[in-house]
Amino acid sequence: MQHSETVAPRPRAIRKAATGIQGLDEITDGGLPYGRPTLVCGGAGSGKTLLAASFLVNGAEKFDEPGVLMTFEENGDEIASDVASLGFDLPALVDAGKLCIDYVRIERSEIEETGEYDLEGLFVRLEHAVRAVGAKRVVLDTIESLFSGLGNSNILRAELRRLFRWLKDKGLTAVITAERGEGTLTRQGLEEYVSDAVILLDHRVTEQVSTRRLRVVKYRGSHHGTNEYPFLIDRLGLSVLPVTSLGLEHPASVERISSGVRQLDEMLDGKGFFRGSTVLLSGTAGTGKTSLAASFAAAACRRGERVLYFLFEESPHQLIRNMRSIGIDLQPWVDGGLLHFKADRPSRAGLEHHLASMYQHVRDFQPSVTVVDAVTNLLSVGTQHDVRAMLMRVIDYLKMSGVTGLFSSLTPGKNESEETEAGISSLMDTWIVMGIDEIERERHRAIRILKSRGMAHSNRVHEFAITSRGLRITDDGRR
Amino acid sequence: MQDSLSPATPAVNENFVLRLYIAGQTPKCMRAFANLKRICEQYLADRYQIEMIDLLTDPALARHDQILAVPTLVRRIPVPVRKIIGDLSNTQRVLAGLDVSIGTA
Repeated sequence: MQHSETVAPRPRAIRKAATGIQGLDEITDGGLPYGRPTLVCGGAGSGKTLLAASFLVNGAEKFDEPGVLMTFEENGDEIASDVASLGFDLPALVDAGKLCIDYVRIERSEIEETGEYDLEGLFVRLEHAVRAVGAKRVVLDTIESLFSGLGNSNILRAELRRLFRWLKDKGLTAVITAERGEGTLTRQGLEEYVSDAVILLDHRVTEQVSTRRLRVVKYRGSHHGTNEYPFLIDRLGLSVLPVTSLGLEHPASVERISSGVRQLDEMLDGKGFFRGSTVLLSGTAGTGKTSLAASFAAAACRRGERVLYFLFEESPHQLIRNMRSIGIDLQPWVDGGLLHFKADRPSRAGLEHHLASMYQHVRDFQPSVTVVDAVTNLLSVGTQHDVRAMLMRVIDYLKMSGVTGLFSSLTPGKNESEETEAGISSLMDTWIVMGIDEIERERHRAIRILKSRGMAHSNRVHEFAITSRGLRITDDGRR
Repeated sequence: MQDSLSPATPAVNENFVLRLYIAGQTPKCMRAFANLKRICEQYLADRYQIEMIDLLTDPALARHDQILAVPTLVRRIPVPVRKIIGDLSNTQRVLAGLDVSIGTA
């Protein structure tokens, strides 16, 4: 340990205003700079207004910081209905005196300009609104509209500079949204005036799959994540997914849990998997991966644990029917609320969406076991590199939450090629390979454990049978 | 109201009800008032009415009347409402903004 006198005095961390937006407060180390303006820029439909509205609503509801929404593009009703889908009730906040919405309407055709003017009217309105609710937060959405409404951009620039100064002097935490420009962050170069923090939003559609990303371009005086972070807008609001900064600090449990197949537990040092570990189940088509995964899920439910099961290739009904034919009945666990299926076509959305959705389901359902069947389906919406990066985040998240994760992976072709798995297997604690051997014109299912960290596992190939009464592994001594 | 009878261009003898929004007695605002007064005397003698609103004393009106720039001159009557912003230093543009035809002077 270092002595305190050898440590340079740490500069006082700047105060933050939490946005209450999941993930954003993590990557900004606490939120936006308190009492200062932050610029949020992005193209049309990138989510600027929703981010700004979330900042205000959360401020009013969770942090006792009332707010003012000054909108230049949409009137109060339009904004209220836009954000209603996120579960925000703006009219209720207005009635409760926690929010003031002022729609600034500028119609160039209705205004004649002659001689000098300033925007004191805007200042008066803002100050009046701030006083009315005792606002601590202000959103200006999108103030650049002034440039299309008023002709004298020299006056506008000087007045905006004065406005941002004014916001700072009043100690208001402000979010100023702006349209992305060609080769510049904002169309009107507002980044010159707002220099405390700049957040960039991006919405791309590639191969009909939409992806939203957020990046903190600048944050004066604060540590912040510099990556592009995927973010999601859904009925639960906005959430940003922090990437792997979690690192390798998750706790490691010594508790063991059954794989659901007694003989497989025996192969795993006689005790099964470590709780909170990750298991990769790979093999070619028809080798029994899903059966084993279902068996593992059923075992967890029998212990009274909650299981979240992501399905990417079949419907829950089909899976339940198929598993019933081999003596595994999942329906009672579904009915009892212990087993929750989340079935989704991989191609329906981008990787970020799947990642975000997995985060949310894990967060909401609080499972002790999560199954992803099959992780290779995600390769249809992303490159191997991207899928690996995404999995790493899922795994980090599961490990931080102490959730045991089982991932099935389809090996293409007939033989077990380790190419696909190579990328992801290093993330896994246990790797089980399933295959089919042809011996004397008979097909035999085989199972072996390629690795299992922290335990003395079997190194032999075992025969694996799927029977109407469940799964069976025989130690027939084949190598 | 009289507008239902009025053509698009205000009748020659129509009254003008004008409002000048200012924020404190700044030089710009005082200049605007002086300019307005001069223009009205010259072109709208005896048929105009100017009401001055100081937003610093009536801040709620800024929002209510959609005032952004200061000074702002609003022609309330005849309708439709029209807005002219600035210190009104360009007489031609003020007249154009108020839709007053100069030939009637």
